[in-house]
Amino acid sequence: MNEAPPLLHIRGVAKTFGAVRALRSADLEVRAGEAHALMGANGAGKSTLVKIITGVFPADAGEMTLAGQPAAFRSPAEARRAGIVSVYQDPAIVPDLTVAQNMRLARVSSDKVKAAMRDLGVERVDLKTVARDVDFALLRLIDLARALASDPRILMLDEITAALPADLSERVFKVVRDFRSRGASVIFISHRMAEIAMLCDRATVLRDGITVGVTPTKGAEETIVNLMLGSDVAKATTAPAARPARPETAHEAPALEVKDLAYGHALHGVSFRVNRGEVLGVAALEGQGQEELFDCIAGVRRADAGEVRAEGRVLKLRHPADAIRAGLVLVPANRLVSLLPQRSVQENVALAAFGRLRSWGPIAMGEERRRVDMAVRKLQIDTRAAAEVRRLSGGNMQKVVIARWIAAGFKTLLCFDPTRGIDMGAKKQIYALMREIADQGLSVLLFTSELPEIRLACDRAIVLFGGQISGEMPAAEADEARLLRAAHGLTRAEAAAALA
Amino acid sequence: MTDAAPRNTGSSWRTLARAGRFLGMPLLLAASLAATVAVHPDFGSFEIQSLALGALPLALAAAAQAIVVISGGIDLSIGSMIAVSNVLSASLMHHADFRQSLALSILVLVAGAGQGLLNGLVVAFSRIPDVVATLTTGFIWGGVALLILERPGGGAPAAYLNIGAGADFWPWLPNALVMMIVAIAAIWLPIRLSRIGLLIYAAGSDPVAAFRSGVNVMQARTIAYVFSGIACAFGGMALTMTTGIGAPLAGAYYTLSSVAAVVIGGVSLAGGRGGMVGPVIAALLLTLAPMVLVFLGIDPNYGQVIQGTLIVLVVMIAGFFAFLQERK
Amino acid sequence: MSAVLGFLRGHTIYALILLLAVFVIGVEIVRPGTVTPLWASNTILFAAPLAIMAGGQTLVMLTGGIDLSVASVATGAAYLLATNASAGSATAIGLALLVGVIVGLINGIGVALLRVQPLVMTLGTGLMTGGVLIVYSQHMMASQPHVPDIIQTLGAGRVFGLVPIDLFLWLIIAALILFGLQRTGFGRLLYAVGDNREACHLAGVRVWRVLFANYVLCAILAAIAGLVVVGGTNAADLSLADSYLLPSVACVVIGGTSIFGGRGGYAGTIVGALILTVLTGLLTLLDVSEPIKQILYGAIILSLAAAYARLTE
Repeated sequence: MNEAPPLLHIRGVAKTFGAVRALRSADLEVRAGEAHALMGANGAGKSTLVKIITGVFPADAGEMTLAGQPAAFRSPAEARRAGIVSVYQDPAIVPDLTVAQNMRLARVSSDKVKAAMRDLGVERVDLKTVARDVDFALLRLIDLARALASDPRILMLDEITAALPADLSERVFKVVRDFRSRGASVIFISHRMAEIAMLCDRATVLRDGITVGVTPTKGAEETIVNLMLGSDVAKATTAPAARPARPETAHEAPALEVKDLAYGHALHGVSFRVNRGEVLGVAALEGQGQEELFDCIAGVRRADAGEVRAEGRVLKLRHPADAIRAGLVLVPANRLVSLLPQRSVQENVALAAFGRLRSWGPIAMGEERRRVDMAVRKLQIDTRAAAEVRRLSGGNMQKVVIARWIAAGFKTLLCFDPTRGIDMGAKKQIYALMREIADQGLSVLLFTSELPEIRLACDRAIVLFGGQISGEMPAAEADEARLLRAAHGLTRAEAAAALA
Repeated sequence: MTDAAPRNTGSSWRTLARAGRFLGMPLLLAASLAATVAVHPDFGSFEIQSLALGALPLALAAAAQAIVVISGGIDLSIGSMIAVSNVLSASLMHHADFRQSLALSILVLVAGAGQGLLNGLVVAFSRIPDVVATLTTGFIWGGVALLILERPGGGAPAAYLNIGAGADFWPWLPNALVMMIVAIAAIWLPIRLSRIGLLIYAAGSDPVAAFRSGVNVMQARTIAYVFSGIACAFGGMALTMTTGIGAPLAGAYYTLSSVAAVVIGGVSLAGGRGGMVGPVIAALLLTLAPMVLVFLGIDPNYGQVIQGTLIVLVVMIAGFFAFLQERK
Repeated sequence: MSAVLGFLRGHTIYALILLLAVFVIGVEIVRPGTVTPLWASNTILFAAPLAIMAGGQTLVMLTGGIDLSVASVATGAAYLLATNASAGSATAIGLALLVGVIVGLINGIGVALLRVQPLVMTLGTGLMTGGVLIVYSQHMMASQPHVPDIIQTLGAGRVFGLVPIDLFLWLIIAALILFGLQRTGFGRLLYAVGDNREACHLAGVRVWRVLFANYVLCAILAAIAGLVVVGGTNAADLSLADSYLLPSVACVVIGGTSIFGGRGGYAGTIVGALILTVLTGLLTLLDVSEPIKQILYGAIILSLAAAYARLTE
């Protein structure tokens, strides 16, 4: 089958943004009818490559052939005409147009879209709805349906399953398999090794903008991880032994205590406490109220009822500044939300120092530099691109957000999914940091979407389901099965009954 | 972080908001007219005629601004473009007869489209933000207007000037209003009913998503500027009709007022949202306000204060409600 | 060539200074013998009020805003000064600055508290200020306006017949702005708010306070600029500072401050103001009619801004 020229062949593609070389020399070869995984740690250049292939921006160097013919697209519209369509990480759906108008925008037939939407299980979406009013997850599926409806020769899916609940992901896989069986090719980008192994034939691995290997995916997880990391950092995946739970110190007030917290339909009477020197894990499926919980504690949203105490004192939380003053600081889910992309690492880390009016005056530059350097060293932030934070990789951006609070000082760190979408090296550093924070007598409230992390990083775990706490356990007992049961709202007895 | 909760309760809100968008402005106009009649019982068909005629240039300026704003831009050169069309028509038609004047009108429209095209190309290719680009091109068009006619003068045949005067169909339906509707419909309907409209709304709503959906965003925005230029040309000729002459500095007022009309008329400055009815009715309201002042016996010099205050109050109140809703 | 471009890309301020030099040489070529110490003195004299006004505009644009009321505020300040000169210089100057404070407060309330788009808000307050001035002027017909001596000295005087007095005011203001942006918490916050408002909110910054203070500051600087302008012309009319609106925005943009906020500074604006002032002088030398001058001026600003956008991208 190697005789036929590959459907898409890319050689030596390079791209530089200002001072940053996003791609140095990327090669990619996709055969007709193949599902091909594109893998690499954050910042390896996967998304850049996808955008070059679809003409979002031009390559600086390198060549691309499509079915043996040289090709270069100046816009996604041109790529679409040549049969290459991508579903990007953020849906290419215009918010103020209706779903139907969005379909017309891309000139696809509405019958085909409807068929694709049926296959994906989202046919109940009214085509006359304004896209702004449609859920994010559904929008991505609509985007996918639109891409499928244009009958591409090559379909590119960039982290398509990232925001999807499990049942919809299954649908997507099925549709993609059917699509492939019609002879078209799929380029699939994902961090989830299981999906890759299940769906793809071969994988191309990028590291630091260079293609470092192409391998069949069957049973090659270890190889792929090693290629991605390029060294023995890969061992970070092996779990350290779970730690024993800290003895509760009953005589002192807990660092953070939440009582009967309620917020709209999202939270109903949530109560828990985080002791000093403890890392409390929060586990939950998508959308069980965890975002609202963190936001309410951090003063980003106002709870409807209930109270939040820090070291025994009841807080009035009307602005994040109120929470920060009480030592409760938030590392939000989306790191871009809390960064100043055009400013330096130093300015980003120092930002929290300027919350009060009295800090508007002259800055003690030496003192600031000392604090920032301390935090940067502690988190091992790669400062080669320190002049503008937007040039940093995802993992380093996440570290900058945490470094801000290390520099400013805090009592309880509210950490929302800090390891989402960052590479394993950075993940390991963040776990170690949580531990170190707790060992200093500070506390951490940690939500993570990856359940195995609970045992790695926490002392104790609570599980949210439907806006209420559905389980609490020491980390040692928080294996995936038990967490999942609680996360689905099943008690042990119910689970046993369900299994029987 | 999307919440599922307001989604359900929100649908009735949205229905209400949608109804408000369609009916709010007409109701406001009706209420304002009723209030005007209350303070000035003699307000009749003649006053309606002069209101429509007086509002004609502003309504077209508002239409011009609305198209650009919907496409995601803003045009601060509208006043100068109206001035160019004003002096161009007044100097060309000065010694022409009625038929020639109508033919020359087409020339003025083409010139307007040309100015709009230049605006659009500058915005599309220079990568200068719209505000700065059109502030500067506005300065240039101002120079062009002075070049055509250094001081107020020129004119047009009486028959041409009188097209908008009076009411040939029905005393309560002034010719000026008919012209307003016809001119704006002639510009807007082809846009709204064709793919161009879709592209313009898409480009204004989310340029990145539109580009990735296959829209040529810069082309769409350039087209919006061209139509804006055509609307300005209509506006400039309407100004010739209402004033009888060409004045190179007469346009300045329309830049500010067109932005005001667009904002009051419910077109989002963020782009992608709004229509044409709102801004046009807002133009009528902005013209009615000084008339009411005269009826009340207030110094007409207060007109500009009132208009400025009106804009400031409207946007502040809108901001206040958005703020409240967010807090909720 | 590409090495030079690369260097200029990293150090845009040199590109601007180079451009300024080119314009100065242009003046000398058009009319040899023009560039003298006195010419330089005149250039600074005229550049100072523009640069002061553009200083406020820079602060506002760093936060991602724009203030289109600066010209009206400057005119208003100048007009109030001239019509109240009989009440004593101090009172007149106080009233003039009060115009800035009031309009700045209104802008601040709208933009910072009620989150109105700065463009619309300041367009509206500019219109309002202009309107109030018209009404005010109707009631002021009787009194004879004049400009107090101290302001005339500020706007037109020179030390040793060469160094313009307004340069000293400009230097003080420039030093404060440059220091403030680099080395104070408020300056940091201006960049931060312009770059990402939400991030500031999450970091515990009360964003509205920053914006509020900023718009008041900008309007006060515009009022000061108005005083310098009227000191130079020695006559206040209702369109005195209108011609400053476009340049006040243009020299900030040419000076490299992003209109979307978060990037730029005052140093570029200073050079931008000098470039535009020299450009005006150059066009005057060219001996063309006023409309042609206006067209050329606009076209050159457009090409400069476009070139800058290409250089820094």
